[in-house]
Amino acid sequence: MTVQGIILSDLDGDRTWRLADYVKRGGYEALRKIIAEQISADQIIGEVKKSALRGRGGAGFPTGLKWSFMPRAFPGAKYLACNSDEGEPGTFKDRDILRYNPHSVIEGMIIAGYAMGCERGYNYIHGEIFEVYERFEEALQEARNAGLLGQGILGSDFSFELYAHHGYGAYICGEETALLESIEGKKGQPRFKPPFPASFGLYGKPTTINNTETFASIPFIIREGGDAFLALGKPNNGGTKLFSVSGHVNKPGNYEIPLGTPFSTLLEMAGGMRGGRQLKAVIPGGSSAPVLPGSVMMDCTMDYDSISKAGSMLGSGAVIVMDETTCMVKALERLSYFYFEESCGQCTPCREGTGWLYRVVHRIESGLGRPDDLDLLNSVTANIMGRTICALGDAASMPVQSFVKHFGDEFAFHIEHKKCLVPKNVQHEGSKIYVA
Amino acid sequence: MGALRIAQEEKGWLANETIEFVAKYLGMPAIAVYEVASFYNMYDLAPVGAKKIAVCTNLPCALSGGVHAAEYIKKKLGIDFNETTADGRFTLKEGECMGACGDAPVLLVNNHRMCSWMTEEKIDQLLADLTK
Repeated sequence: MTVQGIILSDLDGDRTWRLADYVKRGGYEALRKIIAEQISADQIIGEVKKSALRGRGGAGFPTGLKWSFMPRAFPGAKYLACNSDEGEPGTFKDRDILRYNPHSVIEGMIIAGYAMGCERGYNYIHGEIFEVYERFEEALQEARNAGLLGQGILGSDFSFELYAHHGYGAYICGEETALLESIEGKKGQPRFKPPFPASFGLYGKPTTINNTETFASIPFIIREGGDAFLALGKPNNGGTKLFSVSGHVNKPGNYEIPLGTPFSTLLEMAGGMRGGRQLKAVIPGGSSAPVLPGSVMMDCTMDYDSISKAGSMLGSGAVIVMDETTCMVKALERLSYFYFEESCGQCTPCREGTGWLYRVVHRIESGLGRPDDLDLLNSVTANIMGRTICALGDAASMPVQSFVKHFGDEFAFHIEHKKCLVPKNVQHEGSKIYVA
Repeated sequence: MGALRIAQEEKGWLANETIEFVAKYLGMPAIAVYEVASFYNMYDLAPVGAKKIAVCTNLPCALSGGVHAAEYIKKKLGIDFNETTADGRFTLKEGECMGACGDAPVLLVNNHRMCSWMTEEKIDQLLADLTK
């Protein structure tokens, strides 16, 4: 890697998460600078806008713009929330950020709190990574002891308190309003929008929610300037980004690269294809993003605009790589089961539709598919998309539509011959236990 | 949510009486607490073995052996998903994405302990350690 990563580079030791280690790497300099030079909220938001930082959680919304939506003159409490409820299949970047560099998130949140006038923040951490939650609590305590969190931060009159909150096994809580419901101690069912969280969020107060990686990028932007961050990536796609590469590669893992890096370079960094096999398909942005054939992917660069032009989305940056031994029907069956299982049940099209999608894909995979099943799948997805409160319905539909679109012949073969195009033993061999 | 988690750690699972106790303690209607307990899938509303093992079989894990690991454990323990061994030691669950796909195959023991890169040897070792 030629460019120094700014969030996770070379951080995997046992101590890199400690406050002392973080300070040695330039940690909390950005916060100190803001306090010492009394930098204004407008200047901070301006710098974030300049950096072209886009939300790292999946939607890619410009962060600076989001921050500017928070009402300035609102009397009373305003909240900040960090979304570390990472449960999108394929995504495992926030876990490593919180494991190895939690103070970057804490500092980013303090700065965000300062810029938006929030005095209280919550970090919502995925329940399954409970050990990471416990470490984050320890990191928070370190920050409190050092006077970086709490009343009168670094001797100024700015106060900010930050708490950790853990989920307990619900994918839907990664949806921002479901996450707020969950912090409030309720079941995580998304709220109708509008009103948006910036006007009616946590406990009915203005709230801004950003992803872990987004907050972790903030200290660098303030320390080195928005332009420096922008220059790392490409126009409209500022900075470096973490890509979680999983599936049939030799070295699955997180790779931090500048936005705009060719996919082929990322694949090479991840050790190339396992067993030298052929690349078949890639889901470039987490399981909800439309799948792309390998050949299309090889012409893409890894940034929001290029992937979106190719017909998918960069999403959370979770790259699921599948080789020639993969049965696309089986792959889709597993994903459809996931959405069926995780639908919160609030909206009928999603609650019933995800069940239909799973059952139809399942019967095709089991050799019981009917000739008009592909039309049925398309009709079900069309009846889910755009008809639900949150994006889970769309997220469940996009894989189905794209798998059928790009690999329709495999589905047709299944229906006609009642078996898989890829022999079972080849599939079995291809997905054996593999540890790099 | 924290209160229910602590109650489950202490009791092993959440019986109706436990949920009612938590509700009373928090001054909330029991139904509100039950709603939360039944919504989040890491809460167990039925008895489980002393060690609950959840294996992720979602797509990214499955591509690197998640399903193979699950099959191996099933064979070793002689149980299927959602079953408990006769001696009450182990319950096996099929997990959804745990956000650690790079570490596949991944297991979660009693909700909190994550075990990464679980080869057959490491599964043997883990089960032996948990049996002690």
